[in-house]
Amino acid sequence: MNKSVYDSPETTAVSRRHILTVLVDNEPGVLARVIGMFSGRGYNIESLNVAEVSNDEHLSRITIVTEGTSEVVSQIEKQLLRIVPVHSVSNLDEEGSSVEAEVALVNIDLNDSNKKKIYEVCDFYRARRIENENNYVIFEIAGASERINRFIKDVNQITKIEIVRSGPVAISTYKNTKEE
Amino acid sequence: MKQEMTGAEIVLQSLVDQGVEVVFGYPGGAVLPIYDTLFKQNSIKHVLVRQEGGAIHAAEGYARSTGKVGVVLVTSGPGATNVVTGLTDAMMDSIPIVCITGQVPQHLIGSDAFQECDTTGITRPCTKHNYLVKDPNKLSPVFHEAFTIAKDGRPGPVLIDIPKDVQFAKGNYTQKEKIIIPSHRLFEPEIFKNDEKINEVVNLISKAKKPIFYIGGGCINSGPKASELVSQFVETTGAPATMTLMGLGVLGSSHSNSLGMLGMHGMYEANMAMHECDLLINIGARFDDRVTGRLDAFSPNSKKIHIDIDESNINKTIKVDVPVVGDVTSILKRILKVWKENNLKTNQSDLKLWWDKINNWKKIDCLHFTNNEKEIKPQYAIQRLYELTKDKKTFITTEVGQHQMWAAQYYKFEKPNRWLTSGGLGTMGYGFPAAIGAQVANPDALVIDVAGDASILMNIQEMSTAVQYRLPVKIFILNNEYMGMVRQWQELLHGGRYSESYTDSLPDFVKLAESYKAIGLRAKKPKELDGVINEMINTDKTVIADIWVSKEENCFPMIQSGSAHNEMVLSKDQKQDKHSAEKGKILV
Repeated sequence: MNKSVYDSPETTAVSRRHILTVLVDNEPGVLARVIGMFSGRGYNIESLNVAEVSNDEHLSRITIVTEGTSEVVSQIEKQLLRIVPVHSVSNLDEEGSSVEAEVALVNIDLNDSNKKKIYEVCDFYRARRIENENNYVIFEIAGASERINRFIKDVNQITKIEIVRSGPVAISTYKNTKEE
Repeated sequence: MKQEMTGAEIVLQSLVDQGVEVVFGYPGGAVLPIYDTLFKQNSIKHVLVRQEGGAIHAAEGYARSTGKVGVVLVTSGPGATNVVTGLTDAMMDSIPIVCITGQVPQHLIGSDAFQECDTTGITRPCTKHNYLVKDPNKLSPVFHEAFTIAKDGRPGPVLIDIPKDVQFAKGNYTQKEKIIIPSHRLFEPEIFKNDEKINEVVNLISKAKKPIFYIGGGCINSGPKASELVSQFVETTGAPATMTLMGLGVLGSSHSNSLGMLGMHGMYEANMAMHECDLLINIGARFDDRVTGRLDAFSPNSKKIHIDIDESNINKTIKVDVPVVGDVTSILKRILKVWKENNLKTNQSDLKLWWDKINNWKKIDCLHFTNNEKEIKPQYAIQRLYELTKDKKTFITTEVGQHQMWAAQYYKFEKPNRWLTSGGLGTMGYGFPAAIGAQVANPDALVIDVAGDASILMNIQEMSTAVQYRLPVKIFILNNEYMGMVRQWQELLHGGRYSESYTDSLPDFVKLAESYKAIGLRAKKPKELDGVINEMINTDKTVIADIWVSKEENCFPMIQSGSAHNEMVLSKDQKQDKHSAEKGKILV
């Protein structure tokens, strides 16, 4: 359950994926503080996403996907709250209902022989063509990570591709997400 | 009203506004404008150390002995990197520090300029918060926020990095009263959540048959009132109380409910009581691994209450039943109020049985050692030091190792803030500069650094500082020519192979003291000890007392790594259980 120089008592807690969103003052070094806490204390980051969400108040929201038992994740939340520029931390998983999405850009090597098949797959997954140059076509796909995984798998069977992914961002579906 | 001045002047004005009286520091290229401003004023005293590491430990000693914020001023690059150990030490032991570092001018940042380093990057994990100030107008808000953050909630070190051009540039000064710090940047006690918790706490305590208080350094950080309230509550309940290394002095050693220190080198009765209790009341301690021993055997049959100002300490290593997050003083006030209002009482007959059991454990006399007339036993040296200094206003600092544990075991502390030791980080070289800081803060007090021959050499250069400022700090070296604790572990866990733990070519400490124009004394035989201690405390100069002690004495009792509270080793002849010894070997 914990990190100590001594063995932990036996625990049956299961480790699973959690999405944390962290609202922070957008000031220099704030991202380093957050990710430094993860690496310094030996926690895991599966994906990380950060952008300013309100220009006038200089607030940024960091979305972190991590894996751990509920004890570990609760410790992560408390350690995040110790960081001075952190306003709030929500574990979207625990709140129960949240919506998550991620964006991927896929560069596909397109030729006459695979064109038809690829367009079929792209249509099926609602991937949008956004750029077309030098025989390469770039598609954008947004949605649940699982759907993007399947899309990539399907296209990969047809041709060589290059991928960038944003990692998921998520938002609670409750109306009054408590924020400062 | 806003006043325009240079960045360096703003720094000084902010310090004055914050009530700072003394700064510990060392000049260099990137802080020259601040040193120039310092030269032109009289309100702040500067203590020049001999290495920046000394400055920050001195500031820690100052802060711990007074409860005020300690202030450090050093230059960029090596000046900043030399304070990293002290910052980490202050972080681990929750000591309020504001550390000002110079930085190369902004246009050179990132160019690998002379004496440039990424100070905020390096110190991010070892400070509560840090700043790189690029605009002189932001200097005063940053300073006032830094002082608040250093003291607020769980105290800690805050660093402010100031490029040299910002120190020269003109800007506006804002008074501290005008600075509003957003609440999310500060600690917010969850008072509203605590009401129910406090009822649970008093209920559990009133029903407990075998309760024990486990008191930590948080009670000292919460201010002197906290120690009074702890004593008051312990007396009201009649329960036994044990203290961590950081909590020594909260409850006086002579207090009838005190079982002394617990943990790795704690008292047998304290550890046994922790193991057997049915209710553990943790006030301001953090279940450190030196205290808990093996976690799966830690206090197995107790309900646990944990009062801590830092929520991240709750359920970090030990799962507790009733967590209460907040400041010890305010929580204890509420607990005492509820206790009285509900006319609660502990069951005296149950408590009597509990105390009978504890008194039986006490009969083991775990601090017993065999004295002899040929060699000075280190335990005896501390006992005599205590007896001969107990009636004075005495501050004890220590380095790290066997001498530190002997001081914790054999010196009896009656008041908070009188015992300054590096607990969390275990920094050798801490004690002497900390003693300098404590002496600066308490010029009339007797300040003694209980040291080992190895530790003292880590910051021996500060002799020059002590002598320059006529600080009558006493260094009491328990000299066994070994890194004693390393040697002890090698004896117990590594087949007696004393790899690199013997300190050959030690200096002649008496001559060393004399070369700094301080007093050097030496005791080789038990009969010389009292004379040396008396001479040491009666001189008004800096003293090194070189006490030659038994070379291979071990520090007992001991819970060896991998063992539990009820598996204490009391002497050399008692071997640790083989299985836990093997498992313990990999631990620190």
